[in-house]
Amino acid sequence: MRLDPHSRKWGLVAGLIMSFMAAIGMIRSFDDRMMINPVLSLGYIALLLSPALFGYLAARGEVNILEEPERNIAEGASKGAMAGLIAGAVTVAFLLVTSPFDLSGFFPNISTAMYDVMTFHQGLGVGSLLLVAISALVGALGGALYGVGDVARNGIFRALGWVMLFALFELVVTDVIDFRPIVRFIYVQGGGLQFWSALIIGGLAWWLGVRYQGKRAEYSDAAKASEAGSRLRYSLIGVGILLLIVLPMIVGGIVNELLINVALFILMGLGLNIVVGLAGLLDLGYVAFFAVGAYGMAVLTSPLSPTLTPALNWWVALPIVMVFAAIAGVLVGTPVLRMRGDYLAIVTLGFGEIVRLLLLSDWLTPYFGGAQGITRIPGITSGPVTISGTSPELFIYMTMIFVAIAAYVSHRAQNSRVGRAWAAMREDEDVAEAIGISTVSAKLLAFVTGAIIASFAGALFSAKVGTVFTNSFDVLVSIIILVVVIVGGMGSIRGVALGALMLIGVLGGPKSQGLLTEFSEFKLLIYGAILVYMMLKRPEGLLPSVRRSRELHGAEAEQDAWLDRKGDFVDEDAEEAVT
Amino acid sequence: MALLDIRGLEKQFGGVKALDGVDFNIEEGEIVSVIGPNGAGKTSFFNVISGMFSPDNGTIVFDGDHVAGHLPNEITERGIARTFQNVRLFPNLTVLENVMVGMHCRTKQGMWGTIFQTRAQRAEEQLIEDTAKEILSFFGTRLTGYRHDQPAFALSYANRRRLEIARAMATQPKLLLLDEPTAGMNPRETIELTQLIGKLRSERGLTVVIIEHDMKVVRDVSDRVVVLDHGVKIAEGSYEEVSTNDDVIEAYLGRPQGSDDE
Amino acid sequence: MSTEVAPEVAKTRRFKFNWVDSFLWFVRVVAIIAITVGIVGSFQKFAAGEGPSAVAWRDLIISSISTGSMYGLIALGYSMVYGVLGFINFAHGEVFMSGTMVGLISATLLFNNGFWESNPLISIFVVLLVAMITSTLVAIVIERVAYRPLRGAPRLIPLITSIGVSFFVQYSFAGLFGVALRNYPPAPPRLAADLTVFGTTFPISGTRALVIGVAIVSMIGLWYFVTKTKTGSAMRAVAEDKEIAGLMGIDVDKTIVTTFAVGGAMAGVAGLMWALLFRGVDFLTGFLPGIKAFTAAVLGGIGNLPGAMLGGIMLGLFEGVGPLLVLDGLGIPGVSQLKDAVAFAALVLVLIFRPTGLLGERLGSEDRV
Repeated sequence: MRLDPHSRKWGLVAGLIMSFMAAIGMIRSFDDRMMINPVLSLGYIALLLSPALFGYLAARGEVNILEEPERNIAEGASKGAMAGLIAGAVTVAFLLVTSPFDLSGFFPNISTAMYDVMTFHQGLGVGSLLLVAISALVGALGGALYGVGDVARNGIFRALGWVMLFALFELVVTDVIDFRPIVRFIYVQGGGLQFWSALIIGGLAWWLGVRYQGKRAEYSDAAKASEAGSRLRYSLIGVGILLLIVLPMIVGGIVNELLINVALFILMGLGLNIVVGLAGLLDLGYVAFFAVGAYGMAVLTSPLSPTLTPALNWWVALPIVMVFAAIAGVLVGTPVLRMRGDYLAIVTLGFGEIVRLLLLSDWLTPYFGGAQGITRIPGITSGPVTISGTSPELFIYMTMIFVAIAAYVSHRAQNSRVGRAWAAMREDEDVAEAIGISTVSAKLLAFVTGAIIASFAGALFSAKVGTVFTNSFDVLVSIIILVVVIVGGMGSIRGVALGALMLIGVLGGPKSQGLLTEFSEFKLLIYGAILVYMMLKRPEGLLPSVRRSRELHGAEAEQDAWLDRKGDFVDEDAEEAVT
Repeated sequence: MALLDIRGLEKQFGGVKALDGVDFNIEEGEIVSVIGPNGAGKTSFFNVISGMFSPDNGTIVFDGDHVAGHLPNEITERGIARTFQNVRLFPNLTVLENVMVGMHCRTKQGMWGTIFQTRAQRAEEQLIEDTAKEILSFFGTRLTGYRHDQPAFALSYANRRRLEIARAMATQPKLLLLDEPTAGMNPRETIELTQLIGKLRSERGLTVVIIEHDMKVVRDVSDRVVVLDHGVKIAEGSYEEVSTNDDVIEAYLGRPQGSDDE
Repeated sequence: MSTEVAPEVAKTRRFKFNWVDSFLWFVRVVAIIAITVGIVGSFQKFAAGEGPSAVAWRDLIISSISTGSMYGLIALGYSMVYGVLGFINFAHGEVFMSGTMVGLISATLLFNNGFWESNPLISIFVVLLVAMITSTLVAIVIERVAYRPLRGAPRLIPLITSIGVSFFVQYSFAGLFGVALRNYPPAPPRLAADLTVFGTTFPISGTRALVIGVAIVSMIGLWYFVTKTKTGSAMRAVAEDKEIAGLMGIDVDKTIVTTFAVGGAMAGVAGLMWALLFRGVDFLTGFLPGIKAFTAAVLGGIGNLPGAMLGGIMLGLFEGVGPLLVLDGLGIPGVSQLKDAVAFAALVLVLIFRPTGLLGERLGSEDRV
């Protein structure tokens, strides 16, 4: 029998991923979360995602951009089934090989509970066959999906996507609807969509999608055409702002809490975006500036701060904190001015860790409280109103204001003399200097601006939480902010917002849980995987800035430009089209 | 007084003397070519003048000030601009942005004006854009219109060279250093560029130093020719003088056989 | 002629105030004064009979050297990858951790059999093999999956990727082995005791002597491999110029894999040393030694293999002896907490003031510009 090489390859990959997910306990742990009651848990979705995805890839085979691919349901299904079969077989092999030994001493997650979940609670014998069969079936479905027509495939994707969204974001949906009968109609008590409501949601998504397919394209065209700043664009922005104002009122405390976290990370992401995305300086110790903001505010406002207790009002302390942050920016920025990009990354990482270790040390404990941190930081008092972490529905507006300031500053800077100097420096530092840009001041300006924005985040953070400890400021935070910026798209303001919403909001931040609490155990694993994937497949991020995407896809853009111009070419220098 | 006066310029790279006591001067409004065989130290000469390397020894007096050892951006600010042998644009910025960025040292709005959108800032942005467009129009229609918004990497080789000159012009220099401006151009483009260099002087009042290999360009464009070899100035004078100078012929072609040697 | 204008040049430069340089000089001077004052303070304490005794100092130095030689072995991996591919393989610390973690399984099994106690050297050799093989495999897989598709990408892209890889490997191991700290079995009594050769007892425990010995042997082996074998010279050629090396008929991809494999093997050896010196392992074990080893690599001159070893030992001494010698002398309390801060400070200062390292960098042609 001839085995399709793609099926073999992708089947093996899928099988290894499934075994890996089983071995690290992901599937077992996700199994606790029901998605569609009572048939499907998140664990099985995670498990069967691999055969489905790789079945699809197996059916696609070699990507050839020049020819319209042949799409054939039966062939796709058979290829996908083969990949799924192999994936299932590999996974079963893993289970069978490991099961005779008691490995739980070394590998706590290779446990009887895991075998139980993996074999669908049917015992190793029947369960193994079942796993292979289901995996092959899902693989076949994935492969068949490649074979069906565009409209049907989009419909299926949309239906599945919406069902998943409703299932995953149960917390938000119940929070927003907040009307028991409807909630009970959609969800089962204790988690998961009702079976029929899943069908209804899927069906609706499909139907609406098909119904409005043409319309949507029209709208997005209109939105694109309005790029320059027409009325439609402004009204869209207006609607967006209105939504942002209304949103915290309709969602509950937990979601607001989450939104505050997201907003803080957007704020820091925007700051880091100036340093990394605009000026091209990879800063891995960005959290140090956050720490300066948080500790500065703590020392200045808390009545319990050791040694120094000015106990100022938040608003009075803010300018002082900004000055501290600016000084910190200069102090970190100056030594690294002449440094190669990768060394700069490591040195800033070193600075970040030094700040944390010093704050923690006995030496500075008399000033910053060491491991005990600083407590009783008051909220933000303006006149009679005090906004603190206990009133998240107010605090969110506070953070939004600062996010808006940061976004405005980034936007302005990007398209100005300063931003052009940064862009030039990012592209070629020597030449930038040779055409008269003082790289010293451009770099320091980037560091200082970034530092001040981070200090806003720190100041808000300390007012929200009420206490600051050093463990909120370890290198993990710097790296997660970097991931947010990279996933969203370096240099892109919308990108940073999207990245923070997806990563911090859904997966959870370094110290906080996201919407999907089930993921929190594995979120850093997922962060790592996302970072690698993005770097390999989409280094410009999800919503890239124009300049950055040019940088990373230069050759393609060049080709596109050439193809575009071949049509309506009127210039007399035909030889100039492309070198 | 000469616009640029260089005395005894020396620069070593790991034991190799790239420049070995070069004297050079140029009057305002002059066009001088620097020629010499490969590895003669021509580009090092430019690199030292523009501040990318600081000299080991010697003085560079530009417009009455000592500039040796200053940072490249300070030297550019004083009025020396340059292009590079292997065109170095900012490939992902648009054509217009590439020129606008060249205005950096002649403008001054910083973060404050940017954030608060002051009247001065808006006026300056407008000025930058207008000047950049005006400079680009210096090259005829080649870099205008839709080209303004094209990324620089999408340009042809000749246009990249032109854009680089435009960027240098945007720094509003008194002295322009062009490093092999016609390299890689076809004959028609070369002729056009030769005329353009003349226009740089006549219309813009620039003083120009060119490194050039194409002797036709050298002949057509330069008032004076300086020949470097192994970091030493071996000849100086009009094109005719230099082209018949024995040392120069020797440097290019090697010592004729049978001639005397000690 | 040139001699007579020289003073003038010097004059123009002297009056050219550059505040960045001035700031850096200021930092330099402050650092030197602080270090001098600290050392003098410590000596005064020592003379006054306070602080650690002479024996304590000696032991501290010996233990710092053994820790440092472990850093040196990890640093080799950073150095080789930097030399060949020109980027910082941030995930190398995780390669080291993986060897230590998997080595733990074999060590525990051997210990449960009683073999660990009865045949300590053979057991340690077995664990060494396991650790080396694991680390090598992990390094090769990382190269294949994450770095190979990025050949020729801007330098920061693989660096960022390696940060992602680092997270992924860390938390994969957290998932596989759990997050708890696990301990290697205690060193057999014969090793834990002071080293005795032909009746002479040396003031160094057998474990530390073994660690230093293994480091020296690995270093010599690696040096022989790189300078004397054909694969080694291919590696050097690829480090010099990938393109030309490829044109000369060297299989560049294969050579790069070899580089990762050798670096991984050395990290595996270091993993065993960690086990012998510190015993405790968890999934975060790789982070700090990784950063410190990178510091060591830069300290010695990145791309320079003897430099990596030297840098490792220097860094071991800095962080081991430095806090007591300098910070304690300055009157800073709780200096032992600042061990890592000293290592990071060393990292920062080296990169700022001597990025080419003690023995000089050896970089590929495209990095030298």
